[in-house]
This record gives sequence, structure tokens and C-alpha cells, in this order.
Amino acid sequence: MSAKEGVEVKIREPLRTSDLDQSFPEEIMKHPGGEKLYLCYQCGSCAGGCPVGKITDSYRPRQIIRMALLGLRDEVLSRDSIWLCASCYTCQERCPQGVEIADLMLAIRNMAADKGYAPKAFVDQASALIENGRIVEISDLTERRRSTLGLPSIPPASIEAVRKIVAKTTFDKLLEKLRGK
Amino acid sequence: MSYALFLGCVVPAREPSYELSVRKVFRELGFNLIDLKGATCCAPIPVESLSFKTSLAIAAYNLCLAEEADLDLMTICNGCFQVLSRANLLLKRDEKLRTDANDVLVEVGKEFKGTRNVRDYLQVIYGDLGLEKIRGSVSKSLKGLEVATFYGCHILKPSSVLMFDDPERPHILDDLVDATGAKSIPYLHKMRCCGGLLRGISDDLARKLARDKLFNVSQTQVDCIVTVCPFCFLQLDLGQLEVSRRFNEPYKIPILHYPELLGLALGMTPDELGLHTHRIPTEPMLNKIG
Repeated sequence: MSAKEGVEVKIREPLRTSDLDQSFPEEIMKHPGGEKLYLCYQCGSCAGGCPVGKITDSYRPRQIIRMALLGLRDEVLSRDSIWLCASCYTCQERCPQGVEIADLMLAIRNMAADKGYAPKAFVDQASALIENGRIVEISDLTERRRSTLGLPSIPPASIEAVRKIVAKTTFDKLLEKLRGK
Repeated sequence: MSYALFLGCVVPAREPSYELSVRKVFRELGFNLIDLKGATCCAPIPVESLSFKTSLAIAAYNLCLAEEADLDLMTICNGCFQVLSRANLLLKRDEKLRTDANDVLVEVGKEFKGTRNVRDYLQVIYGDLGLEKIRGSVSKSLKGLEVATFYGCHILKPSSVLMFDDPERPHILDDLVDATGAKSIPYLHKMRCCGGLLRGISDDLARKLARDKLFNVSQTQVDCIVTVCPFCFLQLDLGQLEVSRRFNEPYKIPILHYPELLGLALGMTPDELGLHTHRIPTEPMLNKIG
């Protein structure tokens, strides 16, 4: 992930209207949390309070929202920086327009994942969920530590239920595709 | 008072002393915690980032388990609390989402009805018992102990959904710490995120956020940090070793989950609470309270 990615678009070729995909913001707004995207007036309260923005130039929520509003579909969905939101929800609390920015970032990530973009860490954790019913594996060592402390063994998660659910939502197929990348 | 205990993934696997203290402290305070059979991961941000629909369905499945047990769900992880509360609220108020989720749940013989609530354990202690009763239960006052509290993000935000406490100036955890006789001390950027969810995405940024938290707390000379969320704990306890090494700043700040602190105040010994399993030794603060 390039450290300077976030400032990359500052100087660039002029945008052509033919590059802009107006259906992109509309599509985002159909996702839960994305509904208020059009209300953004670019005040920057989100970026101002962002804890990640304070320690790196790579992530600016206002910039991602601006690009989304312009309809820069491929540029937004393929950016590494959409995965740098720590989901702390500070921006969402402070947005004077009530844009649900952290949830909106999740909606954008869903669309990116459909296009085959997702960080390995999330793909691995989601795969573990299908494998074990939990995203953190319970090892023999864990069980030994627990029994030393007098804790009961962990009630087994219903792996069968998880597998049926992900088959129905076709999440298993999505993960297969993402793992293949 | 009975609750369905939702353990989540991180606590039972990585932080058994936290689970132990929850079980012991709640029993001592007169609660009956029931383990949910077949409960799975709540499907938090990493899953929600890839497929909201899947995350919502898996959360709904777990909510159904609580409905079938006819109990409210009690979480002990900020992540579980946020995901399950949000799912519960969305599914209760949005018919389309509920229909979609139930179409998926048919596959596992469940139906979300929206009959139960999700509560975090702090809400349960604060709301069901209240500060007076907590003060009355303290058999060993922690007077003299100075504490930096750390709420984490997903117990407070988004506040429109969680309705837990003031999202920017909360007081519940501070009040609960003060009720043990210890004193909550303010520190710089107290409400700033620990960076836990950036682990694996950008370890460098995750460590920087943890480092800033530890640095700011270290400026106050408090005896320990009290956490609520297992991800914050992981970032600050295990993460403290990584931060100390990487930044060449030898931090030795004990990290306690609130039920561990409360357990001490209820007269339980550090061994009974499993405090020796923490990566950062808790002895310095334990010696102070004798």
C-alpha cells in the first residue's frame, strides 16, 4: 500500500464527463448506510476527526466520498485506502449532514468485494468463520488454558448453520473468488 | 436476573481470564448467565465489509437463538454488541431487510421475530444493578488506585443505533470504576480508537494508534488501563509488547478488563481471576492495593 496514495489525485488529468458513472453514487445509496451520500457538502468534518487520517496521508474519507459522488467507480472500488477506515465511527457521529460515513465505507467495500477487491486479512477471517463457525480458531492449547482456569470447554458453534447461510447468500462463492485472486 | 451470554470469538479463545471474571463476578452479583447452544461468530466488520447481507443473516441467526431461549442477549465484546444491536434494530424496523434475512434463515429452520434485546454487560451492571448496589457489594475498596478508562468505539458508536451513553463524553465506565473505590483519571485523546481493526490490514497503522494511546496514558502516571472490549485489550496488552519493541519505548502499563477490576473489589484474588494470563504483568497495580 503506497504511503502517498491519498494525495495522488490532487494533480491529474482533467476529468471527462464520459469517465463519470452517474449510476455509481446511486448504487451506493441503495445499500443500507449509503442512503445519505448526496447530502455530503464536503465540509471535511469527517477527515478532521479521523484517527487514521492523523497518522497517514493515505486515508481521507472526504476524498473518497467526493470521488464516489463524481461517479469514479473503478478508481474508488480499486483503491487500497477504502480498507483503511478503522470503523471507529467518529466521522459518522460528527457529520453535520448525517451522512453515515463509516457505514457508507462498508457499502463501498461490499461493492469492491463483488469486483474482486478485498484484503487478505478479511478474506481469511471470513473463511475461518465458514470453516469453524468462529473467526478465531479454538486450539487444543486454548482448551487446556481454559481448563487450567476452571472454565468449561467452549460450546461448539453451529458450523452447519453458518454453511447453510453462506450458501444461500452465495457468500461462499464470493470468498472462493476472492481467495483465487 | 437471567441473560443469554454471548461469548463471541476473541474472548473465549484469546482472553479466558476475561470470561472467567465475567462468569464469577456476575454470579456473585446475583445474575444467571446461560450459554447459548450453537452460537456462532456475530459476523463483524471483516465479514460485514465483504457482504452486509451475510453478516446480517448470521447476526439474525444468533438473535434467533436468544429469542428461542426467551432471554435478552448479553454481550461482552464491543464488536458483538455493535453488530448484534444494529442487526436487531434494523431487522425490527425494516420490513424488507427482515423478509430478506428470514428468507435466508428458512435454510436453518429459524425465523427472526424481534422479541428480544441486546445489551452489553456494562449496561446490565449499570442499569439492572446501579452504582449504589455496586458500591454496597465492594468488600475490598480499591481506594488509591488511579485508572485510565478506555471504552473503545463500538460500545458507543453509532450512537443513533446503540443508544448506550454520550458517544463523545461518556461516563458509565468512569462511574463504574469510581464505584470500586478507584479513581478514573482523564488523559489526552481518551476517546480515540485503538486501531484494533487495522491489524492485518496495516499493522504499521494499527501499532501507531496503539502507541499513541499508550504514550498518552503513560503521561498521567496511572496504575492501569481499564478496557471493555477484547480488541482494545489485545491491542494494548499483547500489542504493548510489540509497541515497546518497535518504538523502543518500554511501556509496562497493566491492562485490566472492567470485570477483573470489579472482581478484585468484590474480594476475589488475582489468581481466582486468572490475572497471571495477561501479557503485561499486573503485579505493580496489585501491590498498590495490597
